Amino acid sequence: MADLLQVTNVSKNFSGLRAVADVSFSVPEGAIFAVIGPNGAGKTTLFNLIAGVFAPNSGGIQFRGDRIDRLAPDEVCRRGIGRTFQLVRPFLGLTVEDNVTIGALLHEPNPNAAMQRAHEILSQLGLFAKRRHLAATLTLPDRKRLEVARALATGPKLLLLDEVMAGLRPTEIDRIVEVVRKLNSDRGITVLLIEHVMRAVMSIASRVLVLHHGAAIAEGAPETVVRDPAVVRSYLGEEAL
Amino acid sequence: MPAEIYLNVAVSGLLTGLVYGLMALGLSVIFGIVRVVNFAHGEMMTIAMYIAVVLFASMHLDPLLMMLPIAAVLFGFGYLLQMTLINPFIARPEHSQFMLMVAVALIIVNGLLLIFGPDAKSVQTSYAFDSFAIGSLIVDATKLYAGLAAILVAAALFAFFRFAPLGKAIRACADNYTGALVVGLDVKRLYALSFGIGAACVGAAGAIIVLIIDVTPPLGPTYTLLAFVIVIVGGLGSMPGALLGGVLIGLTEALAGLFFTPSAKSMFAFGILVLVLLFRPEGIMGRRLA
Amino acid sequence: MIARLLHGVPRHALLLLVLMLAVLIAAPLFAGDYLLTVLILILYFAYTGQAWNILMGFAGQLSLGHALYVGLGAYVTAALYVHFGIGPWVGMPAAIAISVACGASIGFLAFRFGVAGVYFSILTIAFAEFARIGFDHFAWVQGSSGLFLPVANYKANDIVNLRGQPVMFYYVILAMTVVAFVICHGLLRSRVGYFWQAIREDEFAARSLGIATFRYKMYAIIISSGMTAPAGVFYAFYYNNLFPEQTFFIVRSIEIILGPVIGGVGTLFGPVIGAFLLTGLSEGLQNLLTAYGVDAPGVTRLFYGFCLLLVVAILPNGIWPPFAKVLRLDRLHDKSET
Repeated sequence: MADLLQVTNVSKNFSGLRAVADVSFSVPEGAIFAVIGPNGAGKTTLFNLIAGVFAPNSGGIQFRGDRIDRLAPDEVCRRGIGRTFQLVRPFLGLTVEDNVTIGALLHEPNPNAAMQRAHEILSQLGLFAKRRHLAATLTLPDRKRLEVARALATGPKLLLLDEVMAGLRPTEIDRIVEVVRKLNSDRGITVLLIEHVMRAVMSIASRVLVLHHGAAIAEGAPETVVRDPAVVRSYLGEEAL
Repeated sequence: MPAEIYLNVAVSGLLTGLVYGLMALGLSVIFGIVRVVNFAHGEMMTIAMYIAVVLFASMHLDPLLMMLPIAAVLFGFGYLLQMTLINPFIARPEHSQFMLMVAVALIIVNGLLLIFGPDAKSVQTSYAFDSFAIGSLIVDATKLYAGLAAILVAAALFAFFRFAPLGKAIRACADNYTGALVVGLDVKRLYALSFGIGAACVGAAGAIIVLIIDVTPPLGPTYTLLAFVIVIVGGLGSMPGALLGGVLIGLTEALAGLFFTPSAKSMFAFGILVLVLLFRPEGIMGRRLA
Repeated sequence: MIARLLHGVPRHALLLLVLMLAVLIAAPLFAGDYLLTVLILILYFAYTGQAWNILMGFAGQLSLGHALYVGLGAYVTAALYVHFGIGPWVGMPAAIAISVACGASIGFLAFRFGVAGVYFSILTIAFAEFARIGFDHFAWVQGSSGLFLPVANYKANDIVNLRGQPVMFYYVILAMTVVAFVICHGLLRSRVGYFWQAIREDEFAARSLGIATFRYKMYAIIISSGMTAPAGVFYAFYYNNLFPEQTFFIVRSIEIILGPVIGGVGTLFGPVIGAFLLTGLSEGLQNLLTAYGVDAPGVTRLFYGFCLLLVVAILPNGIWPPFAKVLRLDRLHDKSET
């Protein structure tokens, strides 16, 4: 299976702080690929690099064979990469359906048709009943699902989910895990996710990349990575070994 | 034109610019610390100017002598304004606070119009037409006193923020609101104090500038804009920047008035503003925010 | 197209609108001359408020220099009329073009260089002030002495040259306001309107959804400035005299925003309600004072200031939203079946 996303020797510095250090990995099409690592490891920065928020200082990022590392965020989205945010940012003053309709309008210029599509997506994510509510009135788990719905509406081939399970209760986590699994299996959307919730990672990820201090310290199947001594050391310190 | 004219005009502009700088300093304190876009800044200065006019007309009190009492009155005004109108709405979105100050500005301008009428008022002190000769340089007495007074007040302000415990506490609030709260500072009261201090600056500037410029109610908006231009050019969050910006604007205005028509001099201030906004938005001495 | 615009609008809202329009059309029949001039003023502010609202209420960019576009519209057509006898309707395209060019320049400078929020507002003020001082020295339009339009025969209503009775001006501004209303309604529920709202809410998130924010912000300022220019044309031919000091003055810009801010920024009815309330009440106040023989310059604007203060402090979203809830008009933009 072809590689959808290729990150090659990417580095990013912020005024002397090396946030991402020479990271390379590939995401095969149709995979669910997880990026894990302790806080401050550079995971969100990596996402931001892929999504076009910053340009890398060195290295390249390829999506479906084309270089995307110098592109603006909106151009990246138009190429087929959707994303959510670690701290959710729904359009609070707008309704749930308007939020998703805006996403759908990217590829569907007719507002009525876009809203139809929005309704379909909302139904799949269990938010159809709340479509007329203002986003500001939603609970955190609902806001997270709204953000996923909104990003989905842009018709992405690759979905970047940034800690979408943070702050959720176990039942909610299971629900979202199901949603992500279905998105991947039914719609063929490749998923790249940053996650701390290990049980979610273990249950759906086919491949895991571990970052620590901006560098990749392990990559492979979930079971192997989790037992890698370097990984254990980064999370729990020397004593854990 | 002989070189002395340029020099005289430049010095005159520099001195006036110092007073502009003092006014802008007040805005720098308010905008920089309390983060309020004080759209009524120039209007507050006109209040001070009118107070000086009234005191002079009725009791022949020199505005320079009245500078401190007038500053105190404006301090009270600013403190009250922050406490009653702004503090309760700190959490509101930016443009809401902006509108609040626009409303205050409207009220001040038209209130003054109602009370004093549209005609220009001025203060003619006994030394209004005196001048000093330093070599080939001729300096207006009023402008010289004005410039010196402005420097004095600015120095006092710097000393306060640098050395006084209260001044340091205020700077802490500006740097880190939550941190200041955690440390136990009464941030709302400190904000009110800061606004008061900024207003006092503007009050002092008004008392001083009435020696040089006549006051009419519509002067307020013009000086509000000028204050913003100076603060942006000099650098947001930088108090020396505000003074520097004021001097720069005072100089360009004076020289532009010499080379082109005097009434077009503000256009240069705007020209500089546009250039700064485009190419160096943090201003000459500002710190780049991330 | 009419069906598309009407789709989803609740029936009672449509009824109310038609009723209001009928009243306004019939107004000259039973309103005296004075009331007519007040209505003209109200509609003028409703129009300019709508045009400004597109930039702020829809796209979230606070312009405090909209008097620039009014002034340009006024001066261009007035000068063409005075110097070349070119009528206002013929001159209007030129007025709109110049206005749009200025708006686009401001927009380009601001949006390309990341000048946003307060800085954007100050930039707009600076440009308007620049025009004010510039036009003061612009000899072709008589500079600060003022540009005067020849006031001819008031009996005949010449709509081509906009010379005539207040009644004619009333219907012209009413037509303009209705057109503006329909345009804004159409814009709000179009793709552009959605993208603007996204930008207004959270520009960064909007970009991550593929929205080319620079382009859409430019559309907003272009449409807003272009739509404001005709108000200037009306202003010039109605008042027949233009002074840079007054036309471009920042107080004028603030008057433009008062209606929408008090009525409700970003809503369709906000600017209209705001204009009615503000102008209506202030005229009433003026009359009261005159009746008591009190001459108070600036009392109108003082009143505006207090209204603005009250609204911002107590009803930050304007007067219209709570109103709309009561009238069950707050779901005007439902596109889906219930």
